[in-house]
Amino acid sequence: MPNFIDRRLNPKDKSLGNRRRFLKRAREELKRTIKEQVKAGKIADVDAKHSVPMPEDGTREPSFQNARGSGKREYVLPGNREFTPGDRIPKPASGGGQGGSRAGTGDAEDDFRFVLSREEVLDLFFEDLELPDMVKLSLKEAVAYKPRRAGFATTGTPTNINVGRTMRNSYGRRLALHRPKRKEVEALAEEIAALEAKPATAERRRRLEALRQELEKLERRRRVIAYVDPVDIRFNRFEPQPLPNANAVMFCLMDVSSSMGEREKDLAKRFFVLLHLFLKRRYERIDIVFIRHTHEAREVDEETFFYSTQSGGTVVSTALEEMLGIIRERYPSKEWNIYAAQASDGDNIAGDSERCASLLHEAVMRLCQYYAYIEIIDERETEIFGATDNGTSLWRAYRTVGANWPNFQMTRIARPADIYPVFRKLFARQPLGQARS
Amino acid sequence: MKKSESAPDLLFRSSDWNFEKLSRVYDAISEIAIDDLKLDIYPNQLEIISWEQMLDAYSSIGMPLMYQHWSFGKRFVFEEHLYRKGHRGLAYELVINSNPCISYLMEENTMAMQALVIAHAAFGHNHFFKNNYMFQRWTEAATILSYMDFAKKYIAKCEERHGTAAVESILDSAHALMDQGVFRYRRAPRLSSEKERERARERLEYEEQTYSDLWRTLPKKEADGTEDEREREARDRKRALHLPEENLLYFLEKNSLILEPWQRELLRIVRVIAQYFYPQRQTKVMNEGCATFVHHTIMNRLYDDGKISEGAMLEILQSHSNVIFQPAFDDPRFSGINPYALGFAMMKDIERICTEPTSEDRDWFPDIAGNGDWRGVLLDAWANHRDESFVLQYLSPALIRHFRLFQLTDDADDPYCEVASIHNERGYEAVRAALGRSYDIGVIQPDVQVIDVDLLGDRHLRLQHGVKHGVVLEEATRNATLRHMRRLWGYDVSLEGVDGESGERLYECSTKQIGE
Repeated sequence: MPNFIDRRLNPKDKSLGNRRRFLKRAREELKRTIKEQVKAGKIADVDAKHSVPMPEDGTREPSFQNARGSGKREYVLPGNREFTPGDRIPKPASGGGQGGSRAGTGDAEDDFRFVLSREEVLDLFFEDLELPDMVKLSLKEAVAYKPRRAGFATTGTPTNINVGRTMRNSYGRRLALHRPKRKEVEALAEEIAALEAKPATAERRRRLEALRQELEKLERRRRVIAYVDPVDIRFNRFEPQPLPNANAVMFCLMDVSSSMGEREKDLAKRFFVLLHLFLKRRYERIDIVFIRHTHEAREVDEETFFYSTQSGGTVVSTALEEMLGIIRERYPSKEWNIYAAQASDGDNIAGDSERCASLLHEAVMRLCQYYAYIEIIDERETEIFGATDNGTSLWRAYRTVGANWPNFQMTRIARPADIYPVFRKLFARQPLGQARS
Repeated sequence: MKKSESAPDLLFRSSDWNFEKLSRVYDAISEIAIDDLKLDIYPNQLEIISWEQMLDAYSSIGMPLMYQHWSFGKRFVFEEHLYRKGHRGLAYELVINSNPCISYLMEENTMAMQALVIAHAAFGHNHFFKNNYMFQRWTEAATILSYMDFAKKYIAKCEERHGTAAVESILDSAHALMDQGVFRYRRAPRLSSEKERERARERLEYEEQTYSDLWRTLPKKEADGTEDEREREARDRKRALHLPEENLLYFLEKNSLILEPWQRELLRIVRVIAQYFYPQRQTKVMNEGCATFVHHTIMNRLYDDGKISEGAMLEILQSHSNVIFQPAFDDPRFSGINPYALGFAMMKDIERICTEPTSEDRDWFPDIAGNGDWRGVLLDAWANHRDESFVLQYLSPALIRHFRLFQLTDDADDPYCEVASIHNERGYEAVRAALGRSYDIGVIQPDVQVIDVDLLGDRHLRLQHGVKHGVVLEEATRNATLRHMRRLWGYDVSLEGVDGESGERLYECSTKQIGE
């Protein structure tokens, strides 16, 4: 007699833990691949590509395997129809068909790949990044209010009358003051009419008199005790609640002067493409203002910003002035969180760098939540400029700003591989305490 | 038993199954299997499971208990993907070489399928597990389940103590060497009893606690001496380490200088599991052939005795012929020789040779042709052969013609394959020998051994790949595997390929060149 065991009610997901481990591992691999792709310079592709195949490195299980196309092998195959000994069969180009006995699962598993949507890719891409200090901290400055229900009031505008509450009060008052009901009055009036219709006798007349007095009393009472009295009326009460100010605008300032070579422009554009992607992905309602400058600055649309090839001299302060003008006009700093990112090669017309620094000191930094300056330098200069204080005139001038304003960040980029780490550094999610300092 | 006029002795009528019917069918099958076929089996334990549980069992390489590792999750996701898309059905059964022998029956099976599965797994496979010499020698059915239980708990404990990542990285590396983690030529040390292992673990723990770092600081002996002395030293060293060693995992477990005791225990677990599955890979044709032959014989007998209806028998035959389907080499469905088909056909053929031999059979198999005792011949074959020797011994010319087998040689240097021999008088021997070789694990698996290590010097570990017929290793996986080997050994590892016949060195690579 065998031992039958019904296991159907046993827990089913024995592999759940294993599956989770596998997915976690695959995800880590994927993240690494994407970061590497970005470093390799395919930034714009991230947005365009809608799927990324599953990377296999971390989930591969290697072992010693005989190489397929080596040495002398022999196969025994079934189903011979026309071959005789000594026949020669050309090998298939791919080397597939023959080794049937070895093909097995290896091939099938290769086909198995995860596909990530663009959304997921971008999510991985911008993981742990955010605009620093996104919400203005001093709520006093907040000017946006949202009405919030806050109980009832005895005064208010007619549109806010709370009918239910009012009628409840009215009903209670009517009951307490014994306001005669319409039915009682009508019944009395009917009785009077009935009596009047009959021939009058002395007794009836007396009765009629009493009834009429009663009716008059009731009607007077009904007049005095109103159906709805002003004391019954209640209004919905609203309290204005200050809203955290979450309007945000990002100013992208780019130097396109002729001192910026192809390489510099390319790096700056890559940086802004990344920034653009990041903002669009993370913040649904954020305004982005593109400003490009040569010796004069101009606000442009996205298309022009990234693809136009106009060029000229270099006066950096014009861009800052343009930005200040736009802020004055459209983005009052009381209502807006203002961010700015500036990319330049650091070359500036003589004397203008100081002007830029003072503009930042006096006006721009007061208005901005965060200002990031990215300087694009020559690869050979990295060793010289890596961590030292010297640099271009703009860099030196900006250093004074950085010392005074904690929300001013400046950094250098020399090659495409720097962009992503620098970007992460600039926008890494900060612990709350630090953000306030 | 219920009786009806039309078919008085049917074991079951409808296609729904229940436990009462199952046990009735089991008894009927058992009667034929034990009394007629003289099968000798472990006690049976039949477990009913759902398809999700079957997928679970698939992904943990068919063990009811398995430690946690991402690779099993990968297998699960893969199998589930195929199953849900309908690319692949699930097996009707799964059987575990243990004592008692555990067979899984799927709840979705019809009653006829359950009967087939019981005959196939609970009797066919069961008999093979218990009696085949490979299984008897290399596995221990009685202790495997408790060992797996220990392994699972032990690894969970390690994960708790040392972190999942640390455990996973050791297991990753150990899995890479799993194929090289078996004893092929000498008997594996017996799984020690529970008590003994407990003692060994206690000893390890004691060593762990009393470990003193001071010993490490002792000055090393100066390495010098003449050429002669060095050679002698090398010989002594090799003898002390039992080199060459074919079982890489065993070598690392015993001799790696960087592994902690718990990491050695992990290697041991992986090694034990690899050894457990070692016979299965070499007896696929025989094992499946035996089970298929048994179910076929038993089901036909039941039908002849009027115990199962024609409808049920048709269902069984349909499933049976699906299982033993062998497409030709140029068929898109072809994926190698179907072990079910070959095994079943060979065993049927043995039955034929014993009962109705032709004169050809008498030439080829003088000792069994016409002796009438096919049961005895089969029992003997099941007990004493593996695929390679079974094919060499029993593949008859009639069967070679039936399958129209032909032998193809493929030299990497030539742009064509050559048909070496076909199913004719001159070719039988060659085809049979070649087919046998294709099941020889010594031929199909690369032979990699530890040949030397300089423990007092730079601790460089040297492996040797015995190259047969010029077949080298796939480079990418070879390098990745070597990196795993290095991770477990802690120092550089190099591998040299040496031609098996000429002794000529074909290639050499080291973790120094290929990087971490």
